[in-house]
Amino acid sequence: MKDVRDALMVGHDSDGKLVRRPLSPHLQVYTPQLTSILSIMNRVTGIAISVGTLMMVWWLVAASQGPAAYATVSGFMRSPIGLFVLFGWTASLFYHFFGGIRHLTWDAGYGYDLPQTHASGWATVIATVVSTVLVWGAGLWMLRG
Amino acid sequence: MPEKITIDVMRSQLGRARGTGAAGSGVHHWYAERITSIALVPLTLWFIFAVLRLVGAPQEAVVEWAGHPVNATLLLALIGITFHHMQLGLQVVYEDYIKVKWLKDVTILGTKAAALLLGLLSSLAVLKMAMA
Repeated sequence: MKDVRDALMVGHDSDGKLVRRPLSPHLQVYTPQLTSILSIMNRVTGIAISVGTLMMVWWLVAASQGPAAYATVSGFMRSPIGLFVLFGWTASLFYHFFGGIRHLTWDAGYGYDLPQTHASGWATVIATVVSTVLVWGAGLWMLRG
Repeated sequence: MPEKITIDVMRSQLGRARGTGAAGSGVHHWYAERITSIALVPLTLWFIFAVLRLVGAPQEAVVEWAGHPVNATLLLALIGITFHHMQLGLQVVYEDYIKVKWLKDVTILGTKAAALLLGLLSSLAVLKMAMA
């Protein structure tokens, strides 16, 4: 073997023969917890809203192009797929927003105790749900009125 | 059939880590991600409320809104910081999961290029509405 990472995983068995030592337990053996789920959610939602920025770009470009282009993007946003994408984008954005504030608090050195971590975790989830529902309620109300 | 294992590597861990970048430029990347996220807190809130008021509005209303100097400025700031934050974050995801070096490098550079071009494209749209 040429790679020092592989070489570091080599040990001796009871006969003195070189063997590859087993890797540490892999992800699937751990019980999912609030902290681990929310941690990976921050990454997943970050990727989701990255894709969602394409909608923002399309919306801005269409608005600058004229009424016809804007009608196309508006039509897509009101289609079932468009509504689904927009809803996913909104929910992901709110999660990443509140989760990001949670991370910034940690970066500042606060909220590391387990009870605080759990409380801020649930607060993030609740804030995401409430904000998403409120924004969509307001948006749908705007479309009706 | 157990495999025959031989070790022919004499590099130390430190020697392997030196000069690969993480030890030299990680702090700036980490910091830039945090600074942009702080800036995005007020900008994102502003954008959500602004867009909410434009739901169902005609194209002319959107142009009028985006053309206002304050809104255009905030939009340009939002666009620039969003795409910068986005490519910083996606880069870390690739670094964690893509093991093949050339593929990782190509994906990171491709994402940076896409973020730059999408940022320029949407900025151009805002400027066009601001100058209209």
